[in-house]
Amino acid sequence: MRVLAWVYLALAYGFVFLPVAVLVAFSFQDGRLPVPPFQGVTLEWYAKVLGDRALVAALVNSAVVAVVSSVVALIFGFLAAHALARVRLPGSVLMRGVLIAPMTVSYLIIALGLLAVFNQTGVRLSLWTAGVGHVVINLPLCFAITYAAMGDHQKNAERAARDLGAPEWKVLLLVSAPMLAAPLAAAFFLSVTFSWDEFIIAFLLTRFDVTLPVEIWSMLKSGLSPATNAVGSLVFLVSVTLVVVLEVFVFRRVK
Amino acid sequence: MTLETAERRMGWGLVAPALLWTAAFFVLPFVAMVALSFAHMEGREVVRGFDPGNYVRIFTDWTMLKALLNSLEITVVVTAVSVVLAYPLAAIIAFRVPARWQRLALLLAVLPFWTSYVVRSYSWLLVLGQNGVVNKALLGLGVIAEPLEIASTRAATVIGFVHFFVMLLTLTIYANLIQLSPNYARAAADLGAGRWATFRHVILPLTLPGVVTGAFLTFVLCIGDYITPQILGGNNELTLPQLIMLQLGRSGNFPLASALSVVLMAVVTLAYFASSRWLRLDRV
Repeated sequence: MRVLAWVYLALAYGFVFLPVAVLVAFSFQDGRLPVPPFQGVTLEWYAKVLGDRALVAALVNSAVVAVVSSVVALIFGFLAAHALARVRLPGSVLMRGVLIAPMTVSYLIIALGLLAVFNQTGVRLSLWTAGVGHVVINLPLCFAITYAAMGDHQKNAERAARDLGAPEWKVLLLVSAPMLAAPLAAAFFLSVTFSWDEFIIAFLLTRFDVTLPVEIWSMLKSGLSPATNAVGSLVFLVSVTLVVVLEVFVFRRVK
Repeated sequence: MTLETAERRMGWGLVAPALLWTAAFFVLPFVAMVALSFAHMEGREVVRGFDPGNYVRIFTDWTMLKALLNSLEITVVVTAVSVVLAYPLAAIIAFRVPARWQRLALLLAVLPFWTSYVVRSYSWLLVLGQNGVVNKALLGLGVIAEPLEIASTRAATVIGFVHFFVMLLTLTIYANLIQLSPNYARAAADLGAGRWATFRHVILPLTLPGVVTGAFLTFVLCIGDYITPQILGGNNELTLPQLIMLQLGRSGNFPLASALSVVLMAVVTLAYFASSRWLRLDRV
């Protein structure tokens, strides 16, 4: 039984890591196709990718859209969570439902709906319209995470601050937000990752300037190439670095 | 009393931005899409009105119906396989791996989660393709004489999906298992339950909400995904999202694409009600 468990664990990790291992290994392929046999190690593809202006522009676009849309989603989500957790409002169950609802709808449908509205109102597609879509998908996430983290412990501190004469914005900024630093950081970084990697909304709602996943998508159309492996490996490296930094500096301190 | 009114006013003020944003960019677009689904095309022009023709077409045109069925089949298989594979993995991490290594084990199990979604499907192409790693390895070992055709089939789509959702479900199920007090299992053992009985009657029912929540998320994300079947599935069969994108792109038929999306949405809603008894969406 015990042996079986470890075998299963090994197989599961093998399955989970297989595509990533192949992706990274063949990004160093000294040849035109990222499939066996392995023909030797080269950094040529990385040089090619980093010298590709469209790709680097897309990477910057992705980063900007991810950060800006996550900041907006986080602020809106935090304020709404604070209101619904602290103030007794009529219809609060309904409001919670409405705010969470986008989580249960496919991104494709959200994108299509926004496209219909933007088409009808004559809004031109750009990184901004994609950003609007990304706020829609990340707002429920930020709301749910901060709402779940609001406990009575903070409530008392907030009340104390109010009793001492702090106006509400000061309570929010100087008491509630710092006490919720960890969940706020978690919500923010999750949003950034989701937005950074989101394809279908960005694909349907951008036109000339595109984000990285959309640019990678157009690379795929020209078939298999170690250049795509190199881009994928770079994205992976950046994300993993972010995760490790988070793990070490944010989540470890929470405990 | 005045204090309470002031507090309420402030509450409304704080909840307003999120609520207005959701109304303007989620509820309104959704309504617009439903309205558009009752329009029809004349040439390249959208003619508005109340025409249920798109829906009639979806349920009478075999291509459309087949796409819906394909999506349902793939999604149900993926959800079931992912849960069955992820549960033991989560359990092993929660109960066999020493406590101080669990966090690392979990981080490693979901590490590929952090590759780009588009790139992940592409990677499976490299693994499963005609000249891919799996075929080369099996040929080299003499297990097969001819390369297997896995890429560009439904099997490849399913494998790509399962890979992603096993990671997601391992996380949600682990989160559930780790919260269980070991006393439940001890009590069951004291009362004479064997391992299987303990799992079947104690552990599984207690973790069911987590499993169902994870399975529901898998269902929603899987049935609405365009990328994985588009990259891995080949062109032999269409899923619903692929059909929607085809209507948008090649034929520019926005009304039909909207109607297909409403159908997709209806399927997800049905799944929601089927699982709502155990769903804990606020505690993912």
